[in-house]
Amino acid sequence: MKLELKGITKRFGSLVANDHIDLVVEPGQVHCLLGENGAGKSTLMNVLYGLYDPTEGEILVDGKPVVFKDPGEAMAAGIGMVHQHFMLIPVFSVAENVALGNETTKAAGLLNLGATREKIRRISDQYGFDVDPDAMVEDLPVGVQQRVEIIKALVRDAEVLILDEPTAVLTPQETDELLEIIRQLKRDGKSIVFISHKLREVKAISDTITVIRRGKVVGQADPTASPTELASAMVGRTVSLSLDKAPARAGEVTFKVRNLTVTDHNGQHVVDDLSFDIAKGEVLAIAGVQGNGQTELTEAILGVQPHVAGSITLDGKELLGKSVKHVLGAGVGFVPEDRTLDGLVGTFTISENMILDLYDKAPFARGVGMKSGVIAENAARKVEEFDVRTPSVSAAVGTLSGGNQQKVVLARELSRPLRLFIASQPTRGLDVGSIEFVHKRVIAERDHGTPVMIVSTELDEVMQLADRIAVLYRGRLVGIVPATTSRDMLGLMMAGVPAAEAEAGASAHADSGTTAAAVAETAGHEGETHV
Amino acid sequence: MSEKTTPGPQAPGSNDAAEPAEMQVPGGVTSEAVASDVVLDTAGGQMPPSAVPAATQRRSRDRDGGGSVLHEIFTGNVMVSVLSVLLAIVLGGILMAVTNPKVATAAGYFFAQPGDLLTEVIRPYTALVQGSIFNWAGTDLGAQLYPITETLTVSTPLICAGLGVALAFRAGLFNIGAQGQIIFGALFGAYAGFAWHLPLGLHLLVVILAGLVGGAVWGGVVGLLKARTGAHEVIVTIMLNYIANFLLLFLLTTPAFQRKGSTNPISPFLDSTALFPELLGPQFRLHAGFLAAILATVVVWWLLNRSTIGFEFRAVGANPNAARTAGINVARSTILVMAIAGALAGLAGVAQVSGTEKYLSGGVAATIGFDAITVALLGRSTPWGTFFAGLLFGAFRAGGVAMQAQTQTPIDIVLVIQSLIVLFIAAPPLVRAIFGLNPRKKKTTTSGTPGPRTGGVKSGAAV
Amino acid sequence: MSATTQSPAGKQPGTGKGTGHASSDGRTVTPANATELVSWKTGIGLGLLAVLGTVLFGFLANTKSAGFRIAEARDPNASSAAAWVTLAVALAAVTYLGYRWISQRRKGRAVDRWIPAATIAAAVVLGLAALGVAGVEKITVPSMALGWIAAIVLLAAAGYSCFLTLQGRRTPGWVGGLFAVVFLVGFMIWIVAGGRDPEPSISLGGLMAGAVTLAVPLVFGSLSGVLCERAGVVNIAIEGQLLLGAFSAAVVATVSGNVYVGLISAAVAGALVSLVLALVSIKYLVNQIIVGVVLNVLISGLTSFLFSTLLTENPEQLNKPGRLQAIDIPFLADIPIIGPILFRQSLVGYLMYVAVIVIYVGLFHTKWGLRVRAVGEHPQAADTVGINVNRTRFVNVLMGGAIAGIGGSFFTLVSVDAFSKDMSGGRGYIALAAMIFGRWNPIGAFLASLLFGFADNLQSTITIIGSPVPSQFMAMLPYALTVIAVAGLVGRSRPPAADGIPYVKG
Repeated sequence: MKLELKGITKRFGSLVANDHIDLVVEPGQVHCLLGENGAGKSTLMNVLYGLYDPTEGEILVDGKPVVFKDPGEAMAAGIGMVHQHFMLIPVFSVAENVALGNETTKAAGLLNLGATREKIRRISDQYGFDVDPDAMVEDLPVGVQQRVEIIKALVRDAEVLILDEPTAVLTPQETDELLEIIRQLKRDGKSIVFISHKLREVKAISDTITVIRRGKVVGQADPTASPTELASAMVGRTVSLSLDKAPARAGEVTFKVRNLTVTDHNGQHVVDDLSFDIAKGEVLAIAGVQGNGQTELTEAILGVQPHVAGSITLDGKELLGKSVKHVLGAGVGFVPEDRTLDGLVGTFTISENMILDLYDKAPFARGVGMKSGVIAENAARKVEEFDVRTPSVSAAVGTLSGGNQQKVVLARELSRPLRLFIASQPTRGLDVGSIEFVHKRVIAERDHGTPVMIVSTELDEVMQLADRIAVLYRGRLVGIVPATTSRDMLGLMMAGVPAAEAEAGASAHADSGTTAAAVAETAGHEGETHV
Repeated sequence: MSEKTTPGPQAPGSNDAAEPAEMQVPGGVTSEAVASDVVLDTAGGQMPPSAVPAATQRRSRDRDGGGSVLHEIFTGNVMVSVLSVLLAIVLGGILMAVTNPKVATAAGYFFAQPGDLLTEVIRPYTALVQGSIFNWAGTDLGAQLYPITETLTVSTPLICAGLGVALAFRAGLFNIGAQGQIIFGALFGAYAGFAWHLPLGLHLLVVILAGLVGGAVWGGVVGLLKARTGAHEVIVTIMLNYIANFLLLFLLTTPAFQRKGSTNPISPFLDSTALFPELLGPQFRLHAGFLAAILATVVVWWLLNRSTIGFEFRAVGANPNAARTAGINVARSTILVMAIAGALAGLAGVAQVSGTEKYLSGGVAATIGFDAITVALLGRSTPWGTFFAGLLFGAFRAGGVAMQAQTQTPIDIVLVIQSLIVLFIAAPPLVRAIFGLNPRKKKTTTSGTPGPRTGGVKSGAAV
Repeated sequence: MSATTQSPAGKQPGTGKGTGHASSDGRTVTPANATELVSWKTGIGLGLLAVLGTVLFGFLANTKSAGFRIAEARDPNASSAAAWVTLAVALAAVTYLGYRWISQRRKGRAVDRWIPAATIAAAVVLGLAALGVAGVEKITVPSMALGWIAAIVLLAAAGYSCFLTLQGRRTPGWVGGLFAVVFLVGFMIWIVAGGRDPEPSISLGGLMAGAVTLAVPLVFGSLSGVLCERAGVVNIAIEGQLLLGAFSAAVVATVSGNVYVGLISAAVAGALVSLVLALVSIKYLVNQIIVGVVLNVLISGLTSFLFSTLLTENPEQLNKPGRLQAIDIPFLADIPIIGPILFRQSLVGYLMYVAVIVIYVGLFHTKWGLRVRAVGEHPQAADTVGINVNRTRFVNVLMGGAIAGIGGSFFTLVSVDAFSKDMSGGRGYIALAAMIFGRWNPIGAFLASLLFGFADNLQSTITIIGSPVPSQFMAMLPYALTVIAVAGLVGRSRPPAADGIPYVKG
């Protein structure tokens, strides 16, 4: 099936998200859409998938113009989409999720899940997915959930499969597996639209690359183009892919975590017997695939996890068991991983958000009275200093772009003398300019002599910022390694392989070309048996 | 969030905040502005919308530069409120017209005498105004002004309880339990008023304090259950209303509360030292409780907008996760806000027993607790909004009594008009659609209002 | 509506932040080797109730006996035949279910969830039928002795629960179930023995039948709630739907002279309330709780106004609907106790059973139900597979309204034959509680409604025979029970994830 987009324009009010975009997806081709966060890739795909109506332009399938009023029509025309945020219902089984919207029924509208299970098994066997149709989706690992999404598209006989940032949630090894699946789908004659801002994958998988910037197609690129060329095309100016930073001058160790264990409400140890130190003036990055205990670790330090054991000391004082207020008061700056949910109050003004955790401290308050003048002045100064683009400090913070929202959080957390700085996913969803800004600020704080802990699932970010890297797998510390460690080795560690073995595995990979994935897989299974 | 192991219900792109425009997209059924406000209010579809439309929570200065003042008046909240009241009154009139037997007769010869029809509809409203604001048929100034004092008297408990409901709304809690809290306030206050005999001045203070404590206890229980067990406050408050009511009925049959020598379930009269002083002499019912209501409004305003406690309440209400991450003790805030809300409702109970009724009976709370919800909603949960909404609904109540006496129109019509007003006010686009005002669209294209869309452009420019 | 803390949707349990963040300050430091966290809530709760039970049933026990009348059969012969048939059927059922239970355990598989409950139900029916066959008309028990036995069992169960908690194990469901049953039996014996008569007794059959009757509007109301909330719309307006249904049934049945037309009009009236709810909350995105509360006030005012103006003026022409008579199903209606409950109902009563079954099967075993639940759990996901979220919600809310409207007709067409002001009397709110108690499941909501109906009927029965408890406290019982339930038991159940959140496409 040949898919063409002609002059697609999508406006939201005065914002032009897509500006006369032309795109041709040939059958059996992997077509990459490369662009940074906010460039309009997802909007374009949502238009194609019938979620948005295009303001202008038309969609052609095999040369004939079509109009998709809703995703149902797009699916009927053979277009399937795997969304960045999986569109699966956690409390449904795999079979129910796959059946939804495409149900096989017996008499009187009664569900025939047996037929769906059969289809799932067939596809699962064909592509080696290993998915149990009766498993609850919420119990499945992210990688498997993604396969369920692909099955959803395949049972509907999709000819064109759109994958929106599919690797964001995967380990490097899982990413390798996904790329292999994509190649297999391509061999079966399916067209793939692969949306990403990660140059490495795009280069590895694509037949054609279309670069989108600020809603416009800025050109086609060849998969053989160098990463620097692709990055420049994507951002519109020369970008350096590495961060200039001086070597760390680590001072005394002031932050110590000993035997930290966090138990969730099911009794699972989501953080398991963790011990590490951070010295003044160094960045420790916590690497790992999402959901391996990073969230719980940072929350345990902050004091919002209910069931914790062990010890966390800062400057020799115990933080475990203390209130959030106490922890913040001890000089901990905290950037939560989800700024809209945990970091900001969307309906509050920028001024109010700038003092969200300082509202009862001098000079913003005296007794229980708050000083609105001081608060507004503070906000004006911070907006200036952190280059927050906003028409007014009294605008609701929810109306800002992600980058500017993150700057508000940073401005708040970095505005007081810190003894420890923790940032979770500090650049998630940000454009390159904002990413550079955030990284510079983090390193500046380090150079100021503060111990810094960065949690990131982006290996690139970890390697750029870290002085040392701690890898978490299923709540346990796999190892702490220097920032110079190779990607392959880190990838293996993220799959639970201990540092020594990983080193061997990675060098074997480099030597003989054995796929790291295979090693990771065995390691993963071993991991499963003892958990 | 985006990479949790389980997919949650979230708007696509809700985390991808660099593309805010994507989550501001209207559903086609409604105007863009409402949709974007809701998205802002619900953190991108992750929480239920707050009681008060998000747009109205923002300070008015946010809208600076968003068109002329005149434009603002005609399209803004004030206009919607006025039109909502108007619309409800018209609908109420229609209801009265179709049910009035005289009108039915009048309609028969409508073409001959169209004036009669109108007269029959206008008559009850005239009586309402005459019973609530100014009685031009009164013989002296006192009689002429009596209605307005009556309105203020009836408004007093409505304002106090309404403030309690509004305060809880602002902290994200649906306090449907003002009724029970009023009962508890009245119970405690009345007991202190008739069982203890204290000197003038001190006695009233003790009574007020007892009422505040009573309401705070009954409200605080809700906060405690919510904070400690996660029980939903809507269910708990509804149930506690019934429990408080049965408890009151039971206590009024016990020797401690029942009036000596009476077989009716009513308490003794409160001591004269325990009563609010009459403000305008004995011929008017207006008492100093109204001053307490004004004071309560000022205090709540200060609490919400100028104090750290109010900051905590609002933060917890708007985004409990962020509040918790910022070191605010959400559980403590929940308990505290419910206790204060209960205390305000308790003050309404005191205003009843110690000002208006002067004794405790099974009907002491009447329907004030439920009216308070509509008052808070009409006042958009702001303290002064609630104050004026309380005055308006007080006028409806006071006038409704006079209307029922003069024109035999059942006072229930007041309930209909009140609920219609609130319904319209909650849905501004509905009112605008009915009156053919649809200004928001124009606004987004002509004026550079600081909005989500321009925010998106700015982010692009930052690159 | 969420019975749990307003947990942010999207943060699922498993990430450790799912529920109960508000109680995050109740931090406990557990030893690293603990594998499971067992809350003391169950143990302490049971302990308190056991102490209460001991005081009431033991120390405050009456010396009198308590009598429970089993059968007041109209035709002794028919009743006896019916009892024999029931005995046979129940015996067969118990045997079959018991066999399945045991065989499933033998195979080491998990026993199907419904089997224990169904077996116990069948056993109870078997026992009742045996009493009927034996011709027992009244059971009289010594309250003091049984009261102490009950107290000891309660204390033992609570102790066992605490013991398990100390061991770091969860209290199994059957302990809770046993506790509830023993507490209920003990309470019944205690309260009946406290009656004014020298030999106080109550009719068990009457109590049960009355409970079901009182539960009818609650069941319809809670089903309305289930339909709406499963699709993600909070329905506080059940009270208004019941009330307008009752009003409409009375007026239309009187005017048309046909009670069936009245019944249909009740459904239409309920749907009308829903229409406003759906329009304002789905189309104009107003908070659903607000709309519900306001609608209840509106309907209360509207019906009261119309009652005062029109209905009281012409009761003959407008408010004399006549009644839907009870329809006996021959033979089956004569089965002791369960006969009148299941087979001697009005049309509305039979509709109730049909509605429970149809909605249960519909929600969990059909294409429609799968889509509805998807819309209530994750509307975006439903949208991306081509399901129209807001239309589904609209339709469900309308259906819910119609169901509640039919429930409302029960007030004016079955229980009383005229409309009066605010005659739904807050039952819509109880129905809401029943829905939450029943965990958003039609069967659960049905059982919870029965429980509330039972408490309601027990209160009036007790008031008649006289009781040691002031009637106001008995009247409080359903409400107190609900508070305890939402605070203690239901905290664990999960409402539909998108409940109460309007869907804005995109």
